[in-house]
Amino acid sequence: MQNHIIQVNELSKVYADGSQALTNINLTINKGEIFALLGPNGAGKTTLIGIICGIVSKSSGEVLVLGKDNVIDFRFTRSQIGLVPQELSLDIFLPVIKTLEYQRGFYGHKPNAALVEEVLKALSLWDKKNTPIKELSGGMKRRVLIGKALMNEPKILFLDEPSAGVDVELRHDMWEMVRTLRDRGTTIILTTHYIEEAEEMADRIGIIDKGKIALVDDKEKLMQKLGKKTLSLQLRDPLKEIPPLLAAFDLTIDKSRPHHILYTYDAQAAHTGITALLAAIKDANLTISDLDTTTSSLEEIFVSIIENSKNS
Amino acid sequence: MNWIGLYTIFKKEFERTWGVFMQAVLSPVISTVLYFVVFGTAIGSQIGSVGSVSYAQYIVPGLIMMALITNSMSASSSGIYFQKFIGTIIDVLSAPLSYIEIVTGYALAAMSRAIVIGMIIYVIAFLFTNISVAHPLFSLFFAILTSIAFALFGLTIGLWAKDFEQLAFVPTIILTPLSFLGGIFYSVDMLPPFWQNLTMFNPIFYMISGLRWGFFGEADVSPIIATASVLILLVVCAIILRWMFRTGYKIKS
Repeated sequence: MQNHIIQVNELSKVYADGSQALTNINLTINKGEIFALLGPNGAGKTTLIGIICGIVSKSSGEVLVLGKDNVIDFRFTRSQIGLVPQELSLDIFLPVIKTLEYQRGFYGHKPNAALVEEVLKALSLWDKKNTPIKELSGGMKRRVLIGKALMNEPKILFLDEPSAGVDVELRHDMWEMVRTLRDRGTTIILTTHYIEEAEEMADRIGIIDKGKIALVDDKEKLMQKLGKKTLSLQLRDPLKEIPPLLAAFDLTIDKSRPHHILYTYDAQAAHTGITALLAAIKDANLTISDLDTTTSSLEEIFVSIIENSKNS
Repeated sequence: MNWIGLYTIFKKEFERTWGVFMQAVLSPVISTVLYFVVFGTAIGSQIGSVGSVSYAQYIVPGLIMMALITNSMSASSSGIYFQKFIGTIIDVLSAPLSYIEIVTGYALAAMSRAIVIGMIIYVIAFLFTNISVAHPLFSLFFAILTSIAFALFGLTIGLWAKDFEQLAFVPTIILTPLSFLGGIFYSVDMLPPFWQNLTMFNPIFYMISGLRWGFFGEADVSPIIATASVLILLVVCAIILRWMFRTGYKIKS
């Protein structure tokens, strides 16, 4: 129980216009992990975060933060949470440092100049501290939002699409920063539709689609469980069709490259069939000039899950 | 209670006043001062006196009350509407702040802005008309109470408004006419009986009368009735706001 920092039970949300954003969501976030919530646009990611943080009202179900209900004990639960919203919503006339100071005040904390300085330096914003926000670039505004979210020294940090509009270099800096926070004991929940981001960062991954949790698992397990490997064999001579001797194997000819045949297999299986395949190729008198294997990415896994949920 | 949070909302909103000093303070002061220069000193000298006070002095409490009402209302309504418009209202909604703390923070900031404006107008009026205040403590109490009530009213409008058009609607179409017809420039017994009776339904009339009693010790209605009418407005707005924050109407989706 102490290991669960957030518990979402049977949470549903129907918006005033009648659209069902979330349906009976059950989700547990463990203390100290980086949890990535993946899903296509409109899947309900932001709604789910909004309800946990108290800016969207739920229709039914409950959210427990460190065992306390987020509506009844809102003062306690909100003081544990920092939120980096998706929208760049900032008071554009305020200087950076004021924005952070006010945010700390809203949470009932006394001013802490050392913390503000540390956070601004970590975000490479210290030299911009007196600059009005309207003069900042999009990437800097995103970092101001992160800085704001850290002002109450949260145990739980929500990052809603943190790398939207952020360039590659900055994205890597941000990932580094998130890892540092995790190492200090902060639990991180991030939503993204950049699969790469989840693959890079997450300990566990939840996939949400059409307001339902399609799957939650450890990233490694998910990759192993669903990850297929593809063996690509480059032949000396191009093939028009698969020879009868190889018909027993699940082979395809790479359409764009007729020299290549592709064999997809489960890397975790007891018998991958590779030895038998190679023997059969020898029997069919084909000559292999090169070979290569690739692991399917989280992106492919994600697409296949979303496809499956569409078909079901 | 999250006192620091409440104070931070107050501080942020009140500091905003100085950022837009010209628009927020100077412009209402100038427009009000113009009224008593033109109506009070220039035209008023032809009118003589109302009761025991000169006409130039007679209109001062009404003009101050109109400034308090319009400025406390516009400060709170534009303050909260702006936060909603740019999305930063989630900063206070996701913070450990109750509706009472949020509303009080905004209301105190708007009230303070209105009182600053009211004080400046009073000082200028004093220089022009040498006006003295019969009941200074009551006047200050009544000015603060009315400013808070209209700050709450402004918050309901700011939360309710879905665009700038709606935000401007209530002050322009309802508040300004009610203020002008609420007896700033005349005593109600100067009106024909029909208009006298109609004025009794104008809430602003009681507020102007209340402050006028504070200034001169005499007015169209008693200070108790005036205070009661302000309290009614205050309580009604507080109930509406409580309901809005409870249900999330126009605040949370």
